[in-house]
Amino acid sequence: MDVVVLAMSTDSRFVHKIWQEAELAKMVKGGVPFPMLSDAGGRIGTIYGIYDEAAGVDIRGRFIIDPDFVVRAMEVLTPEVGRNPDELIRQVKAFQHVRKTGEVTPSGWQPGQTTLKPGPALVGKVWEVWKP
Amino acid sequence: MPEAKDGCVKPARGPMLKPTGPTVPPTGTPAAEEVRAMVARVGQEAPDFEANAYVAEGGFKTVRLSEYKGRWIVLCFYPGDFTFV
Repeated sequence: MDVVVLAMSTDSRFVHKIWQEAELAKMVKGGVPFPMLSDAGGRIGTIYGIYDEAAGVDIRGRFIIDPDFVVRAMEVLTPEVGRNPDELIRQVKAFQHVRKTGEVTPSGWQPGQTTLKPGPALVGKVWEVWKP
Repeated sequence: MPEAKDGCVKPARGPMLKPTGPTVPPTGTPAAEEVRAMVARVGQEAPDFEANAYVAEGGFKTVRLSEYKGRWIVLCFYPGDFTFV
């Protein structure tokens, strides 16, 4: 997929290092391979709209940014529920497909499934080509 | 492991307002109207920033989001190291 992953919290880079060594490296061989960024003070979380001022932390916000530097998708959860990487991967693959082909992908689309080609001919005819 | 030249002392600049350059004082907070103009939205350009980072094998470095322009990027925020979920 060729995707750059960046993780960010309000922790310092020093805490990131110790977390990687003390815990993450025991869950993922060699530790997580992506940069762990520090958003001390929440100023970056603020411009992404996911900084919780009362708690002083960045909540679970996730953004997909395309090669033109345009934000394509965002997902924000409160802290107590973890994310679903399968859905993230599905969305990245769908956006990459759309960018390459100009087609659009219906709800729940997975690579290899039917895509839609928007245009006058398709109006009222989606039911004929897409049967979820 | 070679020490990155930024080492541990150089603070990153945080949000990068346009035009690009050090227009935000390192200790300042963007004014409210600047924050509104910059807040991330789908279909809009991603707000650029610079942050201190830890990279396995590479140690400490400064990462600027726009370094990765031209590639697909997944940017993930989370509440904190050593949290449970």
